[in-house]
Amino acid sequence: MNMELSRRQFLGAAGAGVAGTALGAFGFGEIEAAHAEAIRAFKLVNTTETRNTCPYCSVACGIIMYSKGDLKKGEKAEITHIEGDTDHPTNRGTLCPKGAALLDFVKAETRLKYPMIRKPGSDKFERIAWNDALDRIVRLMKDDRDANFVQKNNDGVTVNRWTTTGFLAASATTNETAFATYKVVRSAGMLVFDNQARV
Amino acid sequence: MTNSWTDIKNTDLVVIMGGNAAEAHPCGFKWVTEAKANRGARLIVVDPRFTRSASVADVYAPIRQGSDIAFLLGVINYCIQNDKVHWDYVKAFTNATYIVKDGFEYKDGLFSGYDETKRDYDKSSWEYVIGEDGYAQVDDTLTNPRCVWNLLKTHVSIYTPEMVERICGTPRDKFLKVAEMISECSSPIKTMTSMYALGWTQHSKGSQNIRSMAMLQLILGNIGVRGGGMNALRGHSNIQGLTDVGLMSNLLPGYLTLPTEKEVDFDSYMSTRAFKPLRPNQMSYWQNYKKFFVSVLKSMWGSAATPENHFAYDWLPKLDVPGYDVLRAFELMNQGKMTGYMCQGFNPLLAAPNRTKLTASLSKLKFLVTMDPLDTETARFWENHGEFNDVDPSQIQTEVIQLPSTCFAEDEGSLTNSGRWLQWHWPGGTPPGEAKTDNWIMAQIHIRLKELYRKEGGVFPDPIVNLDWAYADPAEPSAEELAKELNGKAYATLYDPTDPTKVVVEAGKRVPSFAALRDDGSTSCGCWIYSGCFNENGNNMARRDTSDPDETGAYSKWAFSWPVNRRILYNRASADLNGKAWDPSRKLIEWDGQKWSGYDVPDIAPTAKPSEVGPFIMNPEGVSRLFVRGMMRDGPFPAHYEPFESPVTNLVAPNVRGNPAARVFKGDFEQFAEPASEEFPYAATSYRLTEHFHYWTKHVWVNAVLQPEFFVEISEELASEKGIVKGGWVRVWSKRGSIRAKAVVTKRIKPLMCDGKAVHVVGIPLHWGFTGAAKKGFGPNSLTPFVGDANIETPEYKAFLVNIEPVAGPVA
Ligand code: SF4
Ligand code: SF4
Repeated sequence: MNMELSRRQFLGAAGAGVAGTALGAFGFGEIEAAHAEAIRAFKLVNTTETRNTCPYCSVACGIIMYSKGDLKKGEKAEITHIEGDTDHPTNRGTLCPKGAALLDFVKAETRLKYPMIRKPGSDKFERIAWNDALDRIVRLMKDDRDANFVQKNNDGVTVNRWTTTGFLAASATTNETAFATYKVVRSAGMLVFDNQARV
Repeated sequence: MTNSWTDIKNTDLVVIMGGNAAEAHPCGFKWVTEAKANRGARLIVVDPRFTRSASVADVYAPIRQGSDIAFLLGVINYCIQNDKVHWDYVKAFTNATYIVKDGFEYKDGLFSGYDETKRDYDKSSWEYVIGEDGYAQVDDTLTNPRCVWNLLKTHVSIYTPEMVERICGTPRDKFLKVAEMISECSSPIKTMTSMYALGWTQHSKGSQNIRSMAMLQLILGNIGVRGGGMNALRGHSNIQGLTDVGLMSNLLPGYLTLPTEKEVDFDSYMSTRAFKPLRPNQMSYWQNYKKFFVSVLKSMWGSAATPENHFAYDWLPKLDVPGYDVLRAFELMNQGKMTGYMCQGFNPLLAAPNRTKLTASLSKLKFLVTMDPLDTETARFWENHGEFNDVDPSQIQTEVIQLPSTCFAEDEGSLTNSGRWLQWHWPGGTPPGEAKTDNWIMAQIHIRLKELYRKEGGVFPDPIVNLDWAYADPAEPSAEELAKELNGKAYATLYDPTDPTKVVVEAGKRVPSFAALRDDGSTSCGCWIYSGCFNENGNNMARRDTSDPDETGAYSKWAFSWPVNRRILYNRASADLNGKAWDPSRKLIEWDGQKWSGYDVPDIAPTAKPSEVGPFIMNPEGVSRLFVRGMMRDGPFPAHYEPFESPVTNLVAPNVRGNPAARVFKGDFEQFAEPASEEFPYAATSYRLTEHFHYWTKHVWVNAVLQPEFFVEISEELASEKGIVKGGWVRVWSKRGSIRAKAVVTKRIKPLMCDGKAVHVVGIPLHWGFTGAAKKGFGPNSLTPFVGDANIETPEYKAFLVNIEPVAGPVA
């Protein structure tokens, strides 16, 4: 590769001043620094870094997500790159073929974007507004609960259980979501409640 | 895991059996490589397939799937016969010396008390002899024929190397090599770690597979030490957490259990949870049960849970059966006894067994709700996808609502890794379209349901309308608020019970740990084992200090490990009866004459004298159990049972089919192939590939390219017997379903010789369906039987019977 610095590249590099300063601090001479900058503006310079962990297996490798835009500042943020977190004691920056492709999970074509409803007997999903979807769900839940909730068993013991609607919880939601879910499901009296631990 | 990923570097011997860490947990497996490179550790892999874990092993031993207990009891027998036992550990830290009731026996494959019609045991004889002092009787000399050690010795004596070879198909010399290497770890200065995963759990006796290894680890003195332990490699990123927080039919958070309808009130519930010590001086930590239980009820119902209403005990639903697990749920659906089902991040149409039954069951629901970041087969179970989902939508009346949720990258909170580390993560991206967090969705369901009850009235609204939901934004509780609830707080100022002038926690503050919790309603705590995760020091789960004094692998300041930031469970057992490390080079905690201290948070009261208080503080015995009394449904010792579908009959108990205590629903038994069936002669198993994660990564372009297409894996011998060519199409069918796949003909699988019969193994990976970027395909669940483990109902995915034949491929 031809590493010579053209005048156009040199001028183009002037905008990447921050990186230039950092390279200088690492002991590069000014010329070398300018040279290095000019080759290609580092694609992650203007991104926000966020620490996260791989959502797949329980090794829970540390990852760094780079995004254009900063959620903390109330901006829209688009994740543009994900890599292993070199500080993480377990994976020390490495990722397996699953973790290494996480960006494509975040951006998968089959990510769901809108609530959908499939009516009885229909052969398609149709859009539904969140408000309508949620109202419909609690309507269905309440009708069933009111019809089938068991307050006392045959021996007259208070049992307060609901076994005709069930809930399957996830395996990759946070502990905090898990607790919120627990409260909502149990307070309704549901017993048909399970998670993916078994499979 | 009792230990952590980073602790594996401290081991001398890794046994991977019932898992395939190199492919399923690649970055964790690096710690095995580390131990091999830096400590000279060795690796044993026991598996029906020559996996990538096996390819870097020092010894690989093939085994027929579903015969692990015979193998492991064979190793225990070898250790006992060759006096390879960590005697000081076994005598002091296990119940080897405890005397068992006279009525207990094991005969013809069954333990005492079996009731064939109920498929269940009367377990009353599986108990210790209790002396007049109220304590279990022991014989320190181990001469009493009824002591646990002698019963165990007899129980395992039938599992000779010859018997192991006949049952498991493991060549005798391979088995002996493995047994010899393992037995060397009975030395106090050698340790072994067990790494396992669903290869052990997905059997009708999965729990007993794991128990067998746990017993072996106790006999070798490898529990509680650095580089040792029982290390379950959990499949999903937070399945540990979901279980810890109690999202299972019969659980409350922190492994407390939901009442059954026999426990008619608070006092009768508590009476069976007193956990009185079974030996003098023992901590029997579950004696604190009431504090944890009352604190959970307070976290649910806050000020509405009062001493007068027994902290709303009646508002908890009471069980009439052991549990409504996912198998029972589908059984009930299939019987038409369910109206609705809600799936949050779970794709049961591919994850639960016997797909035909699943589709029929879902079709009988009135409504199905799914919440997922990705499209799932479950949400589209009604949609026709040719042979991959052969249904007629017009015949399915189920109303389906599919809700889009955020993924990890757009969400905040903690996940619990396999090593029990709660690690906080932050959102970095804006969710696509109208996708919402699960917290928001669950809050919306709760708020709207509550509103309907307020407006319309209805059946028993009390627990819903009184649920403590005092979040800053009730429409979306924040991760931090919920984490603080999990940690727990004091409603009133708490004083030291031994010194009432000393304030432990001020009113309104979060508790430092579960030690501060009370049973009088003055504290709340969502999950006692997580207490300390977000105390007044801040969010300990977000800690990122990588210091590791003396490089023990503990990383005590990284994130938070439950309980109380302890990194190795039972770590008191790393030291001898005087409190000195068994292995001075692997010191963990030691007794200095006054107290315990070291690299980890001691798993014992800091001032508990080593000669008096046993290390297994959760057990009323103070020691670990080689004989587990009546705590497991299928026996106080493991015993070899064949899978429900087995290519051979049970050699040690010819009249017993499957696990005699496993639950089988009516109608499912008829759908099992006969033992040694001629119609279904091949032993199938399921597994993961390193390029894929369950049914998620088929949506991910890169992974869909890396492994685009469903296949089954068979040996060269079976291929030539059946006229199947490499890359050719085959049909594989069981008594429950049929699939079509390309054949991978491999040297990684070889026929096993079991008691003179060649058993062929068919391997079926599990990553395909009809949504996503990969080619459409099938999952093993189109074939697998609808039966689970006797104790916890994990479906028997790893051992079932199929037939196979070459077929013409699809028209291109
Ligand atoms: S193939 Fe993978 S391991 Fe090899 S150099 Fe590339 S990224 Fe690294
Ligand atoms: S990168 Fe691979 S090994 Fe690491 S957590 Fe993700 S799936 Fe597991």
